[in-house]
Amino acid sequence: MKPAHFDYHDPATLEEALTLLRQHGDDAKLLAGGQSLIPMLNMRLARPAVLIDLNRVAGLAYLREEGDWLAIGAMTRHAEVERSALVARRQPLLAEAMHHIGHVQIRNRGTIGGSLVHADPSAELPAVMLALDAVLVAAGADGLTREIPAAEFFLMYFTTCLRPDEILTEIRVPALAPRTGWAFAEMARRGGDFALVGVACTLSLAADGTVAGARLGLTGVGMTPVRAASAEALLIGCAPSDERFAAAAVAGAGGIIPDDDIHATAVYRQELAQVLTERALRTAYARAGGVTI
Amino acid sequence: MRKVTVTVNGREYARDVEPRLLLSDFLRHGLGLTGTHVGCEHGVCGACTVLAGGRPIRSCLTFAIQMDGAEITTVEGLAPSATELHPLQEAFRQAHGLQCGFCTPGFLMTLVPFLAENPDPSEEQIREAIGGNLCRCTGYQNIVKAVQLAAGKGRCE
Repeated sequence: MKPAHFDYHDPATLEEALTLLRQHGDDAKLLAGGQSLIPMLNMRLARPAVLIDLNRVAGLAYLREEGDWLAIGAMTRHAEVERSALVARRQPLLAEAMHHIGHVQIRNRGTIGGSLVHADPSAELPAVMLALDAVLVAAGADGLTREIPAAEFFLMYFTTCLRPDEILTEIRVPALAPRTGWAFAEMARRGGDFALVGVACTLSLAADGTVAGARLGLTGVGMTPVRAASAEALLIGCAPSDERFAAAAVAGAGGIIPDDDIHATAVYRQELAQVLTERALRTAYARAGGVTI
Repeated sequence: MRKVTVTVNGREYARDVEPRLLLSDFLRHGLGLTGTHVGCEHGVCGACTVLAGGRPIRSCLTFAIQMDGAEITTVEGLAPSATELHPLQEAFRQAHGLQCGFCTPGFLMTLVPFLAENPDPSEEQIREAIGGNLCRCTGYQNIVKAVQLAAGKGRCE
């Protein structure tokens, strides 16, 4: 057998899962969709003594509309988010990004919460959550829940601010605001691969046609997903134009410090960030109902 | 050891398994269903694709114990009888959609639900659908042709 021995628990309730997690502490790993954890177990890169499987925990997989927000249960499979008419209607940026996550077999098993907690710096969802100012809800063994803004959630490569005894239970995503366009753009060597660089973008227009809001979340360019704040600052309050989008993209790419790795050089990643940001802005602008000047 | 009860290709099986037993190894070694192939064992090659509840998943990235109560379909469940092939299998044969055949079960199990949802797919949609399955023999050309043939829109010379 490939994975090393572990003690297996498949609790039926969140309370049981939290109790098990508190009991076993660092010896335990939570198993969500398993599409990142099981490869590591198979190669014995991870050898947890205890596996707490969340797949039978009741009430962690759902998609609900709550006013101007979408509430998504952490154990909701990527495929359900991808196929959801509600998500497509209320938050099309998330819908557009889903398609880029792994392959159909991965999306049928992988979960939105698992992906966020795994915090791969090249994954799509963390950048989307950052761009959307999503709120991540965690439950702790003390019975308290904590609402964590996406901007505070990702700390490092594969590291979030979740405490050892907490479980991510829900992701709250704001619905797309009126007169707002969106775009998700990425470059990967093959479809389904992790992105070399990806950009999640929303662009809102004011009644006078100027840019009321711009949000850019980048993936693949650092230890965590990052906001392209310098690009956003160049856009807000300005009249949209191709030249303005190009200048913002240059500023955004100038504000990141990517790493060289076996997949791409830092310089190439910066170039990609610039090109993809410009494309994403133009697409988002068109979808916001603007026309390119 | 824990007891797991699964329905595979319409037949119910109950077995005692170690929790760390992968679904792929359970099917092959526990049930003797060796049509499901094991390639990379870390979710890259797609050879081990089976259907769980009608949807394709990677059986090397799932534990058998997690499938307790589930309905699984493997490549052995496709052909209607010992002397007939499933239409997609027949199309693979006619269009030379395989050479060594190692990846074929995974392709079939990915494509059967795909064609059920997309009876008239474009070439781009077909290529997107097989993005998670690796084939080192065919260069994918004849796999795409086989899918087109099965969908009733391709021609086979």
